Amino acid sequence: MTIKTKKGRIAIDSKLCKGCYLCVSVCPDKLIAISGELNEKGYYPAEFTETNTGEDRKCTGCAMCAVICPDIAIEVYRG
Amino acid sequence: MDKKLLMRGSQVIGEAAIRAGCRFYAGYPITPQNALPEFMSGAMAKLEDGTFIQAESELAAINMVLGASMAGARAMTSSSSPGISLKQEGISFLAASELPAVIVNTMRGGPGLGNIAPSQGDYFQATRGGGHGDYRTIVLAPAYGQELADLTRKAFEYADRYRTPVMILADGMMSQMMEPVIFPDPLNPSELPSKPWVLDGADERPSRIIKSLILNPMAMEEHNWKLTRKYEIISKEIAAVETYMAEDAELVVVAYGTAARVAKGGIKKAREMGLKVGLLRPVTLWPFPGSVIREMSRSVKDFFVFEMNTGQMLDDVKLSLEGKSHVHFHGRPGGIIPTPDEISRAISRLYYRRHLEEDL
Amino acid sequence: MEKVVFKKPKYMKEVPFHYCPGCGHSIIHRLVAEAIEELAIGEKTIGVPPAGCAVLAYDYFDVDMGEAPHGRGAAVATGIKRTLPDRIVFSYQGDGDIAAIGTAETIHAANRGENITVIFVNNNCYGMTGGQMAPTTLLDQNSTTTPGGRDKNRDGSPIDLSEMLAITRGAVYIERTAVNSVKNIRKTKKAITKAFKVQMAGLGFSLVEILSPCPTNWKMSPIDACRRIDEDVAQTFPLKVIKDETS
Repeated sequence: MTIKTKKGRIAIDSKLCKGCYLCVSVCPDKLIAISGELNEKGYYPAEFTETNTGEDRKCTGCAMCAVICPDIAIEVYRG
Repeated sequence: MDKKLLMRGSQVIGEAAIRAGCRFYAGYPITPQNALPEFMSGAMAKLEDGTFIQAESELAAINMVLGASMAGARAMTSSSSPGISLKQEGISFLAASELPAVIVNTMRGGPGLGNIAPSQGDYFQATRGGGHGDYRTIVLAPAYGQELADLTRKAFEYADRYRTPVMILADGMMSQMMEPVIFPDPLNPSELPSKPWVLDGADERPSRIIKSLILNPMAMEEHNWKLTRKYEIISKEIAAVETYMAEDAELVVVAYGTAARVAKGGIKKAREMGLKVGLLRPVTLWPFPGSVIREMSRSVKDFFVFEMNTGQMLDDVKLSLEGKSHVHFHGRPGGIIPTPDEISRAISRLYYRRHLEEDL
Repeated sequence: MEKVVFKKPKYMKEVPFHYCPGCGHSIIHRLVAEAIEELAIGEKTIGVPPAGCAVLAYDYFDVDMGEAPHGRGAAVATGIKRTLPDRIVFSYQGDGDIAAIGTAETIHAANRGENITVIFVNNNCYGMTGGQMAPTTLLDQNSTTTPGGRDKNRDGSPIDLSEMLAITRGAVYIERTAVNSVKNIRKTKKAITKAFKVQMAGLGFSLVEILSPCPTNWKMSPIDACRRIDEDVAQTFPLKVIKDETS
């Protein structure tokens, strides 16, 4: 039996992000964190951390982060 | 279409508006102009594309007109003095957003609730803008039934041509009086010049914005100057007067609207007595026809300003003359319409005093 | 083959929002734009932005936009819709705009059954002017003009505008939702879509009241502001369909 898992990816536009943490709070797999570097607007933007968590938590492309993002700073890809 | 029709003033404005292609009217009841919205309710109901709304307030009425104007309609509202005060918010927004609209003010006695008798107390409010900010409103002052029809047509033309609100300044006497009128041929709204700025959906064109908020002071200043340049063009193009027996006049009465009609009667009587007096009647109050008055001051020693208020247009006459002639004032505020005799007595007194001074 | 499952909707311009971090306005903008796109009405939609934080909505929506004076959105929308009855007209108004200075325009537009859609954003304060008491400010809520909290005897109680509108005979569909969670945001999108459909079907007045966080003036983090909507705001303004005469 194979378990079919959705594979997803998000892209956060760090220029648009205002670091409100809402995406961080809704990601079911805790794959978003706040960056340590300021963006042009002076906010610490969110960043997608799937590639550097060192664990095998994977983005499913559920889009909850994008749905709650007030700045349309997140694009979601699936496939 | 040259049939003479006998109609009440309010209805003349209504019929002329419909014939000018007005298809949107919103208003709120207030005396002495209710015959106009009543007429519009019936007239719009007969048209497939006509809208009449009895609004919940003067504010709602003028803002419905704002919306209809954005959507491209020739739109009108009407009221009387206290109601016009309430409409000033919308008039300022119309001017700022460069939207056409026609506003009819049937002036009554004031300030405050005042009374419902004919008055001219709203001259300052009408010609100085009335609402907040740096703008002007075109103000047309009809005096006869025929002119109510002609100037209503012009009001819509000017509003569209200059994308600015136009006010027709009437009074209770004009709105009630029945006079014979020949109306211009009706215009078909679909054949009017197209408005390449209206909000009708961004179908195969970029989306549009109509607004008055300009947060950047530099851009706001530029917008103010842009409006001012437009007002300068309007001033050059549309200022209009009627003169009566003024060619050889030594004394000229300056009066508009109902006051000018009364003044005409007084001037006629004075002429019968051999006095060289005439009338200058501004048809546009803004732009004020100051250059005509200035030109007249070469031969006219005395200007006699007569208004049904305590002296408002008087300021514009003085400003136009820049001290070049003598300016006198006769005012009847509060809803009093003087008789032609009262005017002829006042001007002959002045006239004889001037001759007496010169003889001495 | 990878495909995009979430991106900026078609009828939002490529302009960054000026709103504060965690503000609900831009979420609501997006939902309106998504609904317009999904209903394929973008070419015939005209929006009426208010005075207040959302006045700059005309910079974000890529549809025709005509600004209304403070509170007059329903009157301006009425003028547009009556002139162009086959277009889709929505007004976008805050709680101060619609429930204080524009109460009369709104109630009478609803009562006339104007076939327009109103997006009513309720964040319990005057946001743009700096957090003064709004008609919808909760009892005991602090604002810059209710020191010590809104007091019933001194300041009056929060106003239930949507419930008031629901009793007018011309109102067809009124729902109160929120944008404080993914679930509520999805519900809000459905409500906005339904409100537009009511207008498309020519049924009459539709309004969606949306409880929206204002972290700046509530003086809390965006996450706490979202929590406050569940814990406090929705207790005073319950999330529900207030009127539905569509079926």
